[in-house]
Amino acid sequence: MRQKSWYLTIGAVLTACMLAFTALGLFWTPYSPTAVSAADRDAPPCAAHLFGCDSLGRDVFSRTLEGAGSTLAIALAVLALGAVCGLAVGALCGYYGGPADALVMRLCDAVAAFPSVLLALVVLALTGPGKYNVIGALGVLFIPSFARLVRGEFLQYRDRDFVRSARLMGVGDLRIIFVHILPNTWPTLLSGLTIGFNNAVLAEASMSYLGIGVSPTEPSLGYMLKDAQGSLFTLPWCTAFPAAVVILLILGVSLVGEGVRERMGVAS
Amino acid sequence: MMLDIRELSVVFAGRGVPFTAVDRFSLQMERGEIVGIVGESGSGKSMTAHALMGLIRRSQVTVSGSALFEGADLLRLSREELRRYQGRDMSIIFQEPMTSLNPTMRIGKQVEESLRIHERGLSPAQRRARALDAMALAGLPGPEALYRQYPHQLSGGMRQRVMIAAALVLRPRLLIADEPTTALDVTIQAQILETLKDINRREGVAILFISHDLGVVRALCSRVVVMKQGRIVESGPVDQVFYHPREEYTKLLISSRPARKKLRGGQADG
Repeated sequence: MRQKSWYLTIGAVLTACMLAFTALGLFWTPYSPTAVSAADRDAPPCAAHLFGCDSLGRDVFSRTLEGAGSTLAIALAVLALGAVCGLAVGALCGYYGGPADALVMRLCDAVAAFPSVLLALVVLALTGPGKYNVIGALGVLFIPSFARLVRGEFLQYRDRDFVRSARLMGVGDLRIIFVHILPNTWPTLLSGLTIGFNNAVLAEASMSYLGIGVSPTEPSLGYMLKDAQGSLFTLPWCTAFPAAVVILLILGVSLVGEGVRERMGVAS
Repeated sequence: MMLDIRELSVVFAGRGVPFTAVDRFSLQMERGEIVGIVGESGSGKSMTAHALMGLIRRSQVTVSGSALFEGADLLRLSREELRRYQGRDMSIIFQEPMTSLNPTMRIGKQVEESLRIHERGLSPAQRRARALDAMALAGLPGPEALYRQYPHQLSGGMRQRVMIAAALVLRPRLLIADEPTTALDVTIQAQILETLKDINRREGVAILFISHDLGVVRALCSRVVVMKQGRIVESGPVDQVFYHPREEYTKLLISSRPARKKLRGGQADG
């Protein structure tokens, strides 16, 4: 009897808490995230300001709520773009194979050879910053990893007996790809998605941190970290809370991914 | 004549010397007939069936000759044209019941699959009724309960029956059975053979039965073709081939079987 681990439970609780936290930020923040209050400058965490205030007197709790929302939204959009395109490319390449497959995969290799944040920086330097440019740049750069993952799965399944017998019942290729093979790839795909999500959160945060992510007027976790780095020792709460949100979000999703993978019995 | 195979050859070109897997194979089958192809591993029996079903990728292999199925040459049809026959007029069941079913699809859905492809007009309820009917025909007990189950919940024999149900749901005129009982234990094997026989009697489905097991072929088929190294060694009515084999190879094959006769006191095997 295999011991059931707590990864899934802990991960699910943690993720649910972080999502609830983020969702809260969409509807309500105690103060305006951009409101400046001279009286509260450098205020440490207290009842009025749970996470304290930064050097301009902005409420860190409100900014973290808002920032988590935009970081999460961007990460999800990046993931959706990367995963959907990667799935299509990987499924077709893996299923049909041939010269087109070799060409596309080499292209993916070429893209994947560069660190994705670095390439996204180049793209953003050309297109200018902004939420949609970030999503587009990161999303495209996430395609190769998904494509390769999905392709590997399809390669493994395309000559299985049940696929062959479906083909011999006269089932068409598209139906074989989506109805017969795709559901079998779910366990692998799911862990790929959780890793991709984490990378997307980190990539968005790093890009904002480098100052070329979302526009500076929108609070973002990466941007807050960048703002606060000068006062890391004098105002540690300005760094600690946004960083904690990023860490807990990633930890939660990673644990869910690990837990699901474990329960579905996929070898790592 | 339902199936008329003439001079079917399958040659692997590859590098170096071309390898002939099937050499001028000819066979005629009438409706409702059960014909067996026997031979050792590598004798080309499965390759023959695969060529008929269009399972051989033409880029690596040359397939020549003709195989007329009700007048249409299966070897010359395009992939799309062939698809119209597959599952509807001719079906195949494979050796491995454990891997021939999709682990993520419910049994019912898998049995219905060829209905979805070939009879698009059916409502879900009609499809379900036809699937349950085919499952009953294949000898599956309690089809309603099985309909919603997944393959891992079934034993090997049951899965092979599911495969048979899926192959028969559209009542094809030809069923190619590629070693369908080899992976099963002997008692289940006998039951499956009985089911196939029964289906043949009731529905008039012709069966091209491929096996290395002479006893199984004898129990089921009316005619038999013995193959060796891609060539037909001998063919004829099953009793004639078994009791009066003309060729040395056939005699060897027959004598190589474990002698169940002696153990059972003269009772015929199978």
